[in-house]
Amino acid sequence: MKNLIAGAAMALMGLAGAAAADGHANYPERPIMLMVSYGAGGATDFQARIVTMTAGNEDALGMPIAIINKPGAGGRVGWNWFASQAEADGYTMGAYNIPHFIAQSIEGGVSYGADSFEPIANWGADPAVFVVAADSPFNSMGDVVEYAKENPGKLTFSGAGLFVGHHIAALQLEKAAGVKLAYIPSNKGGAGAMKSVIAGEVLGGVNNLSDAFRAREAGNVKILGVFDLERNDFLPDVPTLMEQGFDIDNASVNFRGVMVPKGTPQGIIDKLAATVPAMFENSRVQGKMKAGGSPMHIMTRDEVLEMWAAREETLKELLAGL
Amino acid sequence: MEFLFYFGDVFTPFNFGLLLIGTIGGLILGATPGLSPTMAVALLIPFTFKLEPAQGLILLGAAYTSTVAGGAVSAILLKIPGAPANIATTLDGHTMAQKGQGARALQLSFLASAVGGVFGVLLLIFLTPVLAKWALAFGPSHLFWLAILGVTVIGSLDGSSVVKGLLSGCIGLWLATVGFDDIMGAQRFIFHDAVAGGINVIPALIGLFAIPQVITMFAKGRARLDAEVLSVEKHPIGKALKEVASRGRALTIGTITGSIIGLIPGVGGQIAGLVAYDQSKKLSPESRKFGTGHPEGVIAAESANNAMVGPSLVPLLTLSIPGSPTAAVLLGGLLIHGIFPGSDLFDNYPDVAWTFINSMLVGQILMCIFGLYVAGLAARVAQVPNNVMAAVVLGLAVFGSYSVQNSMGDVYVMAALGTGMYFLERFGFSAAPLVLGLILGPIAEANFIQGSMIANATSSVGQYFFTGALNLTLIAIVVLSVAYSVWMELRARRYTTKDEAVAKEEALS
Repeated sequence: MKNLIAGAAMALMGLAGAAAADGHANYPERPIMLMVSYGAGGATDFQARIVTMTAGNEDALGMPIAIINKPGAGGRVGWNWFASQAEADGYTMGAYNIPHFIAQSIEGGVSYGADSFEPIANWGADPAVFVVAADSPFNSMGDVVEYAKENPGKLTFSGAGLFVGHHIAALQLEKAAGVKLAYIPSNKGGAGAMKSVIAGEVLGGVNNLSDAFRAREAGNVKILGVFDLERNDFLPDVPTLMEQGFDIDNASVNFRGVMVPKGTPQGIIDKLAATVPAMFENSRVQGKMKAGGSPMHIMTRDEVLEMWAAREETLKELLAGL
Repeated sequence: MEFLFYFGDVFTPFNFGLLLIGTIGGLILGATPGLSPTMAVALLIPFTFKLEPAQGLILLGAAYTSTVAGGAVSAILLKIPGAPANIATTLDGHTMAQKGQGARALQLSFLASAVGGVFGVLLLIFLTPVLAKWALAFGPSHLFWLAILGVTVIGSLDGSSVVKGLLSGCIGLWLATVGFDDIMGAQRFIFHDAVAGGINVIPALIGLFAIPQVITMFAKGRARLDAEVLSVEKHPIGKALKEVASRGRALTIGTITGSIIGLIPGVGGQIAGLVAYDQSKKLSPESRKFGTGHPEGVIAAESANNAMVGPSLVPLLTLSIPGSPTAAVLLGGLLIHGIFPGSDLFDNYPDVAWTFINSMLVGQILMCIFGLYVAGLAARVAQVPNNVMAAVVLGLAVFGSYSVQNSMGDVYVMAALGTGMYFLERFGFSAAPLVLGLILGPIAEANFIQGSMIANATSSVGQYFFTGALNLTLIAIVVLSVAYSVWMELRARRYTTKDEAVAKEEALS
């Protein structure tokens, strides 16, 4: 315990020294705002509230973080505001969703791109999964693709919308299996897409792992595959698409984390990049996230920068044909 | 009968204290324009982190119930519907308040809310498994027809002229297309950053209802300062009880319509009040009195919007699908304690689930008692001089619009729509059909697109939208509703001239 405290104190002193050089020694001096570009009650909002709940602790930022929701147009409203109007003073942070905002910037019509923002740290990774209703005849991705081959263009499956992770997963599946499918975007997000699977309006669906896990616990759906590089701790029995013979990587995984607008002083970015990942590792945060069925995946600023660049490249290639 | 077993948990001192706090706090939050039930529940979530799961849910359940009823206060006294659920309440409720019958209107609305609310929660307790199937029965084609049914209400909602009602409904439908479209992401009519996310219903509501009234009050100004002392009638609660009991038809129609429509995920809460109002107007022998301060209008609207509370939670509690934004926030409140709602919720966590439902039942009664208590005091608002009142309403309108998503853009939208509505009202148009168009437009459009995408992949559009018992039933109701309006129109030749609009305006102000 003593060692821990000493270590923390040393780290703090080191930080204070580095920050002082830039004149941001006392940052933060007042509460910080975190903009979430989805509505209250959504998965991003819910997780953002949990991972920031310990921000006021002395070993974290020492100041609380308040969540502000700016929902609309699949996140475009919030991110447009963040890129063009948010103050770059370190007191305005934003939550990002990958691949959503990068896919939207490739599609066009918005005033942001990957270079409008400075990532701080990543807190979660929610892979897309393929779900079918509990009474569906499909029991593996092989069954699904076989049906699609026999009935080209007739396999209807739902997802949260266009240019979001679910849509990317759908495009990857079409490409890897070489079949034509009917992707039906929902206007009510993942919850609406899940409802149409359970109600039998569509034959299957791509959905968030966390929501699908809950629906499976409730006995409403079967999960046939994970769109990720490896199996997930929440679903050790569900194979990845790769294992089932489809060449699909993790481009559709929904990464969530915090960022600041371009132009925020480097001293503040450095300080946040050093403290925020540790804040996410807090045991209370980890406990609450696990209880809520939300997979965590903590990444530092450098790792996120690399991931953003890689994603942009993959998505440009995937969306070029649309 | 299992729920009776857990009734005791509601009445432990700490739990009951939470229930009181939730109810009173909810009434106050609900009465504040712009703070919708969803916002109120979201604001309370952080307080539940430290509570036991059952206790947290008591607080949230009580707040949800009483914010819905509290919205009637600003709808009746200030003509600002706090949420879409309260639009129909303004139609007769505010007229009653202007006649000095604010206390009576408030008492009726709280009593009707309690009757509707208790019925809705009882449905949740006894019929959940049946209701869950019903909630899933509505696919894209059915929701599309349901939205069209709502559109047919537009024509008859405005008491004075069908044509003007339809015209303002069309303006609403057009406004609904502004912004990024919900499914394809296309940009439509985005001429300013403030409308990039579309026109948010709540700022639009506040602007359309409150601003024309503020301008009217300012325009009258000092000229008639002397004439403005309104006497507020006292109204004994016993009389209100008798009145609610004697208006059984409006109460029954409101309660049943509200429970049925409230169940449908994604649509229910917003239109339950308006559809119930319209139905009880059409089935009432005194249908001409609706819109002129008729108590049945208030009773139908308020019993419907509280009856919806219980059934609206069915998809969440049984299928783990939040059917409304408020249910989505409540889902967060459950997940934070590691509770996954689903068909086995009542087996795994009976104490949490039943205590939550019981607290909503007791909450309805408490809400009614406190509501009746404040009704007499609150009604005195009508005595405030016009110029002071206008300033207060304007302040609340700006505050309410801003607080929805912390955006000045919403305030501009509110002000612009409100000013436009002031001029439209001069020509005999009214705000309710316009708002209904704004709400129904996206529902009809998104479900039509989704439905036709599914139809094109599987069968044909015609087959998808025109076969199946539920589709045909809904189409039949649509046809009946249109036929009824046409018949009424032919019989009465309703139309409004400019002189009549001015006369109506004079009578009201």
